[in-house]
Amino acid sequence: MELTRRDAAAALAALGASGGVALGARVAADRGRDAGGDSGGDGTGDDAPADDETVRETLTAVAAVVYPDDATGVEEFVDGFLDGRLDGSAHAAGVREAVAELNRLARSWHGGAVADLDPAVRDRHLREVGADIADEDPDGTTAERVRYYVVNELLLAFYASPTGGELVGIENPQGHPGGAESYRRGPR
Amino acid sequence: MSAGDGPAGSAGNAAAVDRTPVADADVCVVGAGPAGALVADRLAGDREVVILDAGPRFDPADRLARQERAIRPSYGRPDVWDVGGARDAYENAGSTEWDYPLNHARVKGVGGSTLHWQGMVMRLHEDDFNSGAERGAGPDWPIDYADLRPYYAEAERELGVAGASDNPYAPPREEPHPMPAFEPSHSDSLFAEACEAVGIDMHSVPNARNSEAYDGRSACVGYGTCQPVCPSGAKYDATVHVERAEDAGATVIDRAPVERLDHDGDDRVTAAVYATPDGETHRQEADAFVVAAGGVETPRLLLLSASDRYPDGLANASGAVGRFFMDHLFAGAGGTLDEPTRQNHVGFYTSACDQFYDEADETQAPFKLEFFNYAGPSPVESALTGDDWGDPLLERLRGEYGNHVAMGALVEQLPDADSRITLADDRTDDRGNPIPEIDWTVGDRALDTIERANEIQVEVLEELGADVEWVAGPDATGPAYHHMGTTRMSDDPDRGVVDADCRTHDLENCWIASSSVFPTSGAMNPTLTIAALALRVGDDVAGWLGDRT
Repeated sequence: MELTRRDAAAALAALGASGGVALGARVAADRGRDAGGDSGGDGTGDDAPADDETVRETLTAVAAVVYPDDATGVEEFVDGFLDGRLDGSAHAAGVREAVAELNRLARSWHGGAVADLDPAVRDRHLREVGADIADEDPDGTTAERVRYYVVNELLLAFYASPTGGELVGIENPQGHPGGAESYRRGPR
Repeated sequence: MSAGDGPAGSAGNAAAVDRTPVADADVCVVGAGPAGALVADRLAGDREVVILDAGPRFDPADRLARQERAIRPSYGRPDVWDVGGARDAYENAGSTEWDYPLNHARVKGVGGSTLHWQGMVMRLHEDDFNSGAERGAGPDWPIDYADLRPYYAEAERELGVAGASDNPYAPPREEPHPMPAFEPSHSDSLFAEACEAVGIDMHSVPNARNSEAYDGRSACVGYGTCQPVCPSGAKYDATVHVERAEDAGATVIDRAPVERLDHDGDDRVTAAVYATPDGETHRQEADAFVVAAGGVETPRLLLLSASDRYPDGLANASGAVGRFFMDHLFAGAGGTLDEPTRQNHVGFYTSACDQFYDEADETQAPFKLEFFNYAGPSPVESALTGDDWGDPLLERLRGEYGNHVAMGALVEQLPDADSRITLADDRTDDRGNPIPEIDWTVGDRALDTIERANEIQVEVLEELGADVEWVAGPDATGPAYHHMGTTRMSDDPDRGVVDADCRTHDLENCWIASSSVFPTSGAMNPTLTIAALALRVGDDVAGWLGDRT
């Protein structure tokens, strides 16, 4: 099952690319965060939010764990999705911070950034962080924020896309503007 | 705005907006929901109209982010449209078993609760206007279906209603709906066979949602999150008429909660006193006032406006302000089949059954049946919970999704003077005004009718071959978030707050446009009737103003 740019675009259409960028940037600036996108660190500093490249590498690596095994085209899908999500909003800032935290813990516990870990170790790391049993919360603990900004960010994009939905049996999943015809059709 | 931005994300640049009163206003409308919007649109252009709303003007560009909030588990329903906090504080009386989740049931802001409604728009039946005479239960309305019929037709055009004339139980209509009905769903076709076998008629259901492009808005594109947010604008919401009123010259002042209505010694309202985000208080004067703040805030405002002349609250000589609080009761049942049912592609339903509605009498309430297109879990929402990912998650989702079916029903509750909205004794909102206290009660007629609806639902589901897994009966029922009855309409000033024209008995220049004027509720979703009454109020206000000039 191949994820495509179309799926990434569909996920963005469902979840929003840059809606309210100006407002988001203002909120981020109010919080003293870097809303610029490219000028952040690589997540290796104590508090530095992750830069674009680090976010893309990390989320692609996490996607390889949280997406079904036979999903292909994951890197392109995540890239395309993040093209819209990594704007100047408070949400994007939250993603950068959660990625930086996840990588900091990975270095401390496993000796390398998430993207450099073996997939089995990556899976274990996410569970050690607590992201598997945590309820997502953008303002919560590390586990809750990793669940919100990393794990669920990816699962939301995937299962709101036509390809992800179709794997479950629904080609027009909630959040995807797939038209008002599919509900009338019987199973194929 | 992003999904994670806090409630302040809606505030915009509050300080830059002029929220001072408008000079020489003819009409002041309190509330920018569907009733207020339609009244304002009716009068703007010919008259100087001001609309005050307690909530913000939401940015349409934020709707996808609000949709994300609707899907993500960390946000509750009130979070989607920033409801809650000190502005929206309320409490239940605690003396009954019927707690009312008010902040799940409303949106404050331009568009009001149509921002989160599902968009179902039926006319009340003829007997609903004569419940006392025809059913032996509750009061009659001082108007009949015939009085509202042309306004219903106009309301359907204004909102944009997709419907068909295949419902043999619907009240008479003189013209088709503005748009064709949405086609039945795949699961409707499954239900149809079972319903035929047990002698139950299915028919289409009117939706305030575009089945084709209409009024400059697109056809439904199937986001599937109608309730609580439609990102495409295919579902009607009252921003349509607020914007139209503004284009015609009306002024909208958002984030301006009205704290009281002032009056003179001649039983006329003189000003709406409202607060603004900068902490200032202003007086909006006008010749006529239309209160359109819904079934809870409308009586609250009248009670907050108590004065020496009106110690029990404005327009409350009858003592009925806040009393007779009603909602529709939900009854439902659902289960699973051994075949795909194709649920959760859209967020609205396409078939219903009004067959039992007019069987209502003293002991059985009117009720209608609904055949859901959204039974069982939505995979994307389900994916965001649980402790699994990868292949195990996919397997779980496949196991959960695909073969659910469900039916719903709405049931009328009778008006009861003890079911009421009052002002809390010792709690205030962010402006220091007493918050609403809800004392909601439901009588046996409604509870018995819920059981009757359940019997039919289970019969249909069993005929369908479903494994019935849940039944929402009298012990599990809840409100449909339709606030009604709290400023009831009556020809008798001792028995009602407004007259047949929805003008208050006590104050000659004050009207109420809201489901709060319903003397009885029927069992049909109220918004089309709210809209029809609002258009009628608009005409009455225009006539009254015209007579004065």
